[in-house]
Amino acid sequence: MAPHIELKEVRKSFGAKHVLNGLSLSVEKGKSLVVIGGSGTGKSVMLKCILGILQPDSGDIKIAGENVVGLRGEARDQFLRRFGMLFQGGALFDSLSVWENVAFGLTQGRRTPKAQAREIAMEKLGLVGLSADVGKLYPAELSGGMQKRVGLARAIAADPEIIFFDEPTTGLDPIMADVINNLIVDCVKRLGATTISITHDMASARKIADQIAMIYKGEIIWAGDARMIDRSGNAYVDQFILGRADGPIKMDVLKG
Amino acid sequence: MNCSPIWAIAITAATLAANREGSDLNFVAAIGRLFLLFCAEVGRIAIFMKDALIVGLTPRYYWGQILTQFFRIGYTSLPVVALTAFFTGGALALQIYTGSSAATAGQLVPSIVAIGITRELGPVLAGLMVAGRVGASIAAELGTMKVTEQTDALVTLSTNPLKYLVGPRILAAVISMPLLVAIGDAIGIMGGYVVSTRSLELNGFSYIKTTADKLHFFDDISSGLIKAAVFGFIIALMGCYHGFNSKGGAQGVGRATTNAVVFSAIMILASNFVLTSLLFGKH
Repeated sequence: MAPHIELKEVRKSFGAKHVLNGLSLSVEKGKSLVVIGGSGTGKSVMLKCILGILQPDSGDIKIAGENVVGLRGEARDQFLRRFGMLFQGGALFDSLSVWENVAFGLTQGRRTPKAQAREIAMEKLGLVGLSADVGKLYPAELSGGMQKRVGLARAIAADPEIIFFDEPTTGLDPIMADVINNLIVDCVKRLGATTISITHDMASARKIADQIAMIYKGEIIWAGDARMIDRSGNAYVDQFILGRADGPIKMDVLKG
Repeated sequence: MNCSPIWAIAITAATLAANREGSDLNFVAAIGRLFLLFCAEVGRIAIFMKDALIVGLTPRYYWGQILTQFFRIGYTSLPVVALTAFFTGGALALQIYTGSSAATAGQLVPSIVAIGITRELGPVLAGLMVAGRVGASIAAELGTMKVTEQTDALVTLSTNPLKYLVGPRILAAVISMPLLVAIGDAIGIMGGYVVSTRSLELNGFSYIKTTADKLHFFDDISSGLIKAAVFGFIIALMGCYHGFNSKGGAQGVGRATTNAVVFSAIMILASNFVLTSLLFGKH
């Protein structure tokens, strides 16, 4: 079976800075891939290239066997309807109430009638453990953990077949982080969606991943089954998952 | 295109840069660098304008957004534009009175106030005030949406940010600026009338009659309204462009806001000159 998401030799540079250096990866349908890697290694740029928010300089990106680089107009709208994404900072629209945020993809993107969209929004808020009262609040009135959960509800509102999670647990306390991890696992199972998550939180990666890939300097340097992560035999992966300052990955830190 | 104010700024900046480095060659290099930066910026604005027109102003239309923006850009700018027009009309009347003799004041003051306000001062001053108010707020709002990834979130919710954010703002500004200026024209003439009749002791009835005689709809009023629509387009376009291109956090948004106002103001003044020479120049 062809992989659901496939990237081949994707390159992207900003001026003289090469962010993606021939990145290749693939995810099977219904599987959860977690991409781990330090800050500034190209994780977010990779997701933005798949969504077409950024155009890769070269390389192929295929969703269910179809090339999606450079889609325009109606074809791009159709393509984007298959996606949901949870952003790092939540990226909730602060001028809209919580339920309008969750229903946004339905009312604006898909023209679902408002009453029906509201019902779906309330149901999805329930799935992430938020009561209907929260729906009337505005994003600024919510805590960080609640904003993440609203972001998750918005990402799954239209039952997408592919979901991206951009650092879903960053900035949360360990307990709330685990709550989010459980919600992600539940939601994904329920929808049967294919997911790519990017994170540097190993606890989160272990919990939500079927597959793990490690990105370093714009390339995937290791990819494999999540259970194999402790026996990767890769010095870079070992340094990352054990969180050591010494190892093959050198941080650009000036020593005093 | 008339861009002399930009050149004046560029040359001043180049001189400052060269003085700091202290060499003739550096001066030339600094001008060259600024020229390249300027060309790149003009190109980016042109591409953004093309996208905004093709994507932002074609169906589908978000009517709710258009109405909201119409209220925020047009209606809430009314007090600022009205006050500006009133005081400008009054000051104009005082100045013209001091420049004319007692015999001609009754004719000169109303006609120059009416023509000055409707042709030049009404649209230009309203444009500058709205650029400060609305251009800045558009840039700050869209800039914050950009740096907090809300514009990316729109894309993942199958909504084109150019259609949802840029189109409604441009439409609302292009429609509301002429309306604002039309109201401003009336208030500006009223400002001139109040000052002339109360403190200059001109005859009120003949003031109104002279204004009505001297003011022509196409030459004076509609030319000002055409300018206003162009200025509205410039204000919304610059606010959206700089907001969408803001980078980094709070500082980036602050810079975008400043740039939006400075670019709009310069482009309003430059395009005002071009429009005046097209509408009133020798044919």
